[in-house]
Amino acid sequence: MWHWLKQNFLPVKFFYQTSTMLLPWLIFLFVILFSYGMIAGLFFAPADYQQGDGFRIMYVHVPSCFLAMGIYFVMAVSAFLTLVFRIKIAAICMSCSAPIGAWFTFLALVTGSIWGKPMWGTWWIWDARLTSVLILLFLYLGFIALQSVIYSTRARERAGALIALVGAINLPIIHYSVIWWNTLHQGPSISKFATPSIAPAMLYPLLAMIAAFFIFYFIILFIRMQNKILRAI
Amino acid sequence: MNRKQKMRIFSISMMMIALGIAIGLVLFALKKNINLFYTPTQLIESHTTQKNIRIGGYVKKKSVHFDSSGESVNFIVTDYRNEIAVNYHGLLPNLFREGQGVVVTGKLIETLDATSREKRSAGMTALSATEVLAKHDERYIPATLEKELKKGSPHAR
Repeated sequence: MWHWLKQNFLPVKFFYQTSTMLLPWLIFLFVILFSYGMIAGLFFAPADYQQGDGFRIMYVHVPSCFLAMGIYFVMAVSAFLTLVFRIKIAAICMSCSAPIGAWFTFLALVTGSIWGKPMWGTWWIWDARLTSVLILLFLYLGFIALQSVIYSTRARERAGALIALVGAINLPIIHYSVIWWNTLHQGPSISKFATPSIAPAMLYPLLAMIAAFFIFYFIILFIRMQNKILRAI
Repeated sequence: MNRKQKMRIFSISMMMIALGIAIGLVLFALKKNINLFYTPTQLIESHTTQKNIRIGGYVKKKSVHFDSSGESVNFIVTDYRNEIAVNYHGLLPNLFREGQGVVVTGKLIETLDATSREKRSAGMTALSATEVLAKHDERYIPATLEKELKKGSPHAR
């Protein structure tokens, strides 16, 4: 079973062909979800009872946060596959994900900051959630820096994989930071198992935006990976 | 999977477990420093001698009083068990209102009980604030729906 999987689905060539086939569909799906999320979120969703229209920044902020953590999770899984099974495509996926993840983490911090000034009254505060996300950004930047100074491909991939795995400890810390400690940042709204604390008319555009952002990540990731593969040949 | 790969899985999981325990212990030891604020109850029960302090809680209903010039405001921060009076001179954030969560930074003004020096009492502790931040909760409700809810049952929340 494992051998069969490795023979048929993990070679670089299989990835290249499949992703070329998938890309147009992903772009199509992205355009639909993104335009629905944007229009419904910015124009049709009702204003919040406390924040008024200011809450609409969450349609960018929340998906960015999901991606910041989701991309790191993808990197950690790829790192594991790289270290244990020496799968070539996983190493490529890991190093191509890092800059995208870094940018989305940056976007999450910036949009949060812009929202924080009028709502909380401050651009920045050293509470557990904000600090742990800042550490996530530094992990991304550290990973990118490390990748760029090691010349040998093998050493670069393994060193990067190690850093990606070690940094994965930060993910549960980010998620539970608002529960374990007193923070200024609010608790989770949609990722808790009970009913979400967002009204449905506000929630659906948000879910569409989250899906659209994830698809966007895969589009960019596939293009970057294809470029990297072509350059290596 | 061959033996070599099993060995690698084993060493990686050992590394992650050891690292997880180490970081868990560090975070647990630093719990007091990572917490952004004291709740009123935590402050009253604590033996901290810090003068500059941050507390968090809810603005007590009907406790907000502006002075005649409108520049300075008095209110009470409560966690529904203990209360701390706050005086603040400056601009309040948008979300500040009665019943709202707030995080207040300021100087502790207190007269410690003469008989038991390390024990704080709620009535004798007050804060002269330098910064008031509003804490937003995780609920998002349409403005129109909220009005309806309030009309329907005045004691709903």
